Amino acid sequence: MQRQLANMKQSLFDQGYLDEQFIQLEELQDDTNPNFVEEVVTLYYRDSVRLIQNIENALDKNPLDFAKLDSHMHQFKGSSSSIGARKVKIECTQFREYCRAGNGEGCKRTFQQVKKEYATLKKKLEAYFQFARQAGPIEKACRPK
Amino acid sequence: MDPMSISTSSASWKSGDGVSDQFPAGLRVLVVDDDPTCLRILEKMLRNCLYEVTKCSRAEVALKLLRDNKDGFDVVISDVHMPDMDGFKLLEHIGLEMDLPVIMMSADDSKNVVMKGVTHGACDYLIKPVRMEALKNIWQHVVRKKKHEWKDKDYEQSGSVEDGERQQKPSEDVDYSSSANEGNWKSSKKRKDEEDEGDERDDTSTLKKPRVVWSVELHQQFVTAVNQLGIDKAVPKKILELMNVPGLTRENVASHLQKYRLYLKRLSGQHHNGLGNSFMGPTDPTFGPMSSLNGLELQALTSTGQLPPQSLATIQAAALGRVANNKSAVSVPLVDQRNIFSFESPKIRFVEGQQQHNNNKQVNLLHGIPTNMDSKQLAALHQSAQSFGNINMPIHSQSTQSNSVMGQMVQPQSRAQILNEINGSHALNIPSSVGQPVFSQAIPSAVLGRNGIDNVRVQTHASVSQPSALVDFSRSQRAEFPGNNTFSKGSGGFIPNYDVFSDLNQNRTDDWGLQSVGSAFDAPQHSNLQGRLDVAPSVLVQPGFSSDQRRGHVRTPSGNKVAFSAADGLGNNTNLGQQIKAEDMGFQNGLFPDQFGQDDLMSALLKPQQEGLVPVESDFGFDGYHLDNLPV
Repeated sequence: MQRQLANMKQSLFDQGYLDEQFIQLEELQDDTNPNFVEEVVTLYYRDSVRLIQNIENALDKNPLDFAKLDSHMHQFKGSSSSIGARKVKIECTQFREYCRAGNGEGCKRTFQQVKKEYATLKKKLEAYFQFARQAGPIEKACRPK
Repeated sequence: MDPMSISTSSASWKSGDGVSDQFPAGLRVLVVDDDPTCLRILEKMLRNCLYEVTKCSRAEVALKLLRDNKDGFDVVISDVHMPDMDGFKLLEHIGLEMDLPVIMMSADDSKNVVMKGVTHGACDYLIKPVRMEALKNIWQHVVRKKKHEWKDKDYEQSGSVEDGERQQKPSEDVDYSSSANEGNWKSSKKRKDEEDEGDERDDTSTLKKPRVVWSVELHQQFVTAVNQLGIDKAVPKKILELMNVPGLTRENVASHLQKYRLYLKRLSGQHHNGLGNSFMGPTDPTFGPMSSLNGLELQALTSTGQLPPQSLATIQAAALGRVANNKSAVSVPLVDQRNIFSFESPKIRFVEGQQQHNNNKQVNLLHGIPTNMDSKQLAALHQSAQSFGNINMPIHSQSTQSNSVMGQMVQPQSRAQILNEINGSHALNIPSSVGQPVFSQAIPSAVLGRNGIDNVRVQTHASVSQPSALVDFSRSQRAEFPGNNTFSKGSGGFIPNYDVFSDLNQNRTDDWGLQSVGSAFDAPQHSNLQGRLDVAPSVLVQPGFSSDQRRGHVRTPSGNKVAFSAADGLGNNTNLGQQIKAEDMGFQNGLFPDQFGQDDLMSALLKPQQEGLVPVESDFGFDGYHLDNLPV
């Protein structure tokens, strides 16, 4: 089961959903905080709802306030990168570029992508953690190949 | 309040002392980030490094924590983008008030943002997501800062030209702030107690050095002593003797003097900016000279490197009558403080020339200082006025100290100090640039006249106050500090700073500044600070500045209130002084070099620094820079 878990994780990395930062989180997990990674990811998904809402609201405005959009996205991006959400981060970067270019359509389009990646990752991580709980205490995090 | 602050500092000091053995384990870190995910991760990472972590999601709260626990932290890590306060502003406050090493972090790695961190005095800049490796080494910043503090002391001891040594420091903001941390007062006392110099040197290797907390009172005493001796002749040994503070070592004084000199230089350097010019317009001709001083002071401060360029700009802007609340506000107070320092000599002379009554001049100076100073300063002023030669007031009693400090401060401290105090939130210490014990009178006028900048500053922060400040000052000047002219009128307004200030200042800190100014103003003539009240309006203006800096130190606001009341009746001084003191104590931690504005110029000088969030901050004037923060 542990091996299955490891494979799950490996594939998340291979597919580019997670990056090095996730490893950092795993390395922080220890006996005093055995579910640290899951705790942080949960915290992220809970808090990011508000950040996403901020962006949604800002995108509904007319005309678009790109500075504000950029600022909101900066926050969201920072949060996402802290848990290693790689694909989400990439879309965020794209979004910010459109902001800087003043491209409203580009922003809106990209934001859909952001949300998509965000949701996909959430599902995958939920499955991963669920499996991890079943698999028993997780051994020390090991870096994906 | 006093007991609280005292115990807090004592406690923190102890804890700080205790961890030095296992350093860097036990390093006390305060991490500020509005993102809960990042905050949680950082907390865990820092814990894994065996650091003692305190997390905070709001800058205001962080500042308060720092202020309340002057020696409670070794390093601060803060995010750049936060909703309630810009990370850089927080950085400034901390630097001014507590002189702690601050590490900035952000997902933004663009060069200009990183550069901003550098110019604002950040020790380091981490790009998010932050890795464990990056956090593991943050202790180096703590060591570096302490090392600088000690180095300053060493320089002092060796008798080399103090100025010379110091000059090197000012160039870097960070360095400068480090030098501000002379070492824990308590620690010094413990270790070196009677020794004058040289002995402390061996502590250099120790990671945790005791820091002398330069409270407002202490700083005022220092300034008084320096003014008495004359800035050129002021040598640590003599200053130490004059101050007559038990447990204070020559090294402590030497470091502090170094910083003070830098501060003064900065002030003189800024003079060219014409800060005082704009200000002087409306006021009496007598003010003219003073204004120029202010400008100089600001410049001096800036040039000495203590004041970040932005601060200087802010101050100048303030001087020009522009209201610059945020960051600028912070810097302004700093400048003020520095001004006081740099101008010590000139001020003293100036003051004497101006006022027929030394006392008067001194009082004026106070005016410039934010309200906080008021109560304390007033008390001090009165006291000083009354006991002219009583420069070395006992430090132990907080309230007394403030009083004495004020008195003393008034004399030697130039406007800058006053201003700083005002700005600095706690800074009730009215710099006694005037050099005369007679604070009451001298200060107000002195403040008004001398610190063109002061006034300006006030204005910056509190647009409202500007006009009043000017007016007040002029009044005081002309009147030769009629004992109560303004004061009597103002007395009604003496009320707790908050009341007055809120009206006058838009910034929290503004309140304080004004108050003190007011108090100082009237005081000169009469033993009662009453005169101050009048000045208050002008003072109020100033508070604007002081508040800005302090990042989170709310102390200022409270200080103001106290100040006000103090001003009213000398009798109250004690109370106020204490209150202010309590606040000052908070800042004292790391104030010295840049923080003058914040809590208190004095405090800034007094506090060696580091622990304490920023920014700074002696009450007196140095803290002034943090005007914005004060109201936290």
